[in-house]
Amino acid sequence: MTGDATLAHTHDIAELVAGHRLLRGLPGDAVALVAGCARNVAVDAGALLLEEGAPADTLYLLRRGSVSLEVHAPDRGRIVVETVGPGDPVGWSWMFPPYRWHFDARALEPVGAVAVDAACLRRKADADPVFGYALLQRVSAVILERLQATRIRLLDLYGKEHGTVHGDEHG
Amino acid sequence: MATSTAERAVAPHPLAPAPYRVVRTRRQTDDVTTLSLEPLEGPPLRFGPGQFNMLTAFGVGEVAISMSSAPDADGPVEHTVRDVGMVTHALCGTPVGSVVGVRGPFGNDWGTDAMAGCDAVVVAGGIGLAPLRGAVERLVTGLGSADGPARLFVLVGARSPDQIVFGDDLERWRRAGAEVAVTVDVAEAGWKGRVGVVTTLLTGAGFDPARTAGVMCGPEVMMRFTIRGLVDRGVDPARIKVSLERNMQCGVGLCGHCQLGPYLLCRDGPIFPYGAGLERLLLERER
Repeated sequence: MTGDATLAHTHDIAELVAGHRLLRGLPGDAVALVAGCARNVAVDAGALLLEEGAPADTLYLLRRGSVSLEVHAPDRGRIVVETVGPGDPVGWSWMFPPYRWHFDARALEPVGAVAVDAACLRRKADADPVFGYALLQRVSAVILERLQATRIRLLDLYGKEHGTVHGDEHG
Repeated sequence: MATSTAERAVAPHPLAPAPYRVVRTRRQTDDVTTLSLEPLEGPPLRFGPGQFNMLTAFGVGEVAISMSSAPDADGPVEHTVRDVGMVTHALCGTPVGSVVGVRGPFGNDWGTDAMAGCDAVVVAGGIGLAPLRGAVERLVTGLGSADGPARLFVLVGARSPDQIVFGDDLERWRRAGAEVAVTVDVAEAGWKGRVGVVTTLLTGAGFDPARTAGVMCGPEVMMRFTIRGLVDRGVDPARIKVSLERNMQCGVGLCGHCQLGPYLLCRDGPIFPYGAGLERLLLERER
């Protein structure tokens, strides 16, 4: 973990893993594989979960609280790119070389999450391609969801191009 | 059948604007203004939430604008206008005491009575909250009662924090028991809320898809993605309503400017259930 995040313990990590939106529906043996790499963590408000440029060594499965994905610009300070909340995973750079975070991720409030050791997870995925494929499918679905959301935002939908009845006027 | 002079006096021709006085203006954002209007003569306008009027800036032109006030509220009728063209610019700049023209009300309403007992999910994008505001007021009033929704979720997306309209109302609805969530596409320094497209709010909203009725208003692309998000979660498409807009001109189904497939939006809409072929129509390209 990065920053002042603190470690907490749970006796039922497999249940937390199985119940998370990212991994819901995984067969029991696959859940056990993930749970074997996982621990339950609590993160203080304001602490960093991920730091740009640092090794991407953890997949976080958010259970409570919200997290901002940020980038720092010299003339603008911290720029929040997106926020995510309970049920969302945080971080996918752990899947791809060179395994470095591209953004900061900061707890906006006290956060509870399952932290999955990325190296451990990659080893198990490499050793068991069926498990690896199931994992890849789920992570890819999240990446697709975020990509589509980003594309929608790029459209600047709330700009001045649309509307009449909703308070705007056709040009 | 012959119409008496008295009847004609209380039922003006639908193409003739009636004079209304601007009694108050409220700046919502740098380019959005809410006008409060009262008729120069006759009773206050009766309308349903989601209906629209044709507003005339005399000497400039006419434009279709939804009522943004609650139909059941006392006082003037409100219209929330974004300054994007000649007519809306003139309307936004109309000083208190001046007179504008009003034709209407036109179109159908949200039909909030049908949301009794449901988890009501209201999704608004940008100024799309304006046509939904009256519906939310009704839903909040009835929240938890036999005539109202079991739960109410108000999910709002805006371009940036300074573009959020009706911020006071959002807070009031939250205090009244609604679950209100707001997200912006682009955050500014100091913004503590959510950042992301409005569809991401669906994930955290704890509605029960099996008993959910959804209404939404905003840019059509936003609505298409929101509909998919609701349907993917198991909401019945027939229980999702959207407010559509095209180039409304006459307001009474005569001119055809607002045609979308088999529908004239001013007459048959602007509010439609998502079933009944609307999916195909929302993908229809204008020619």
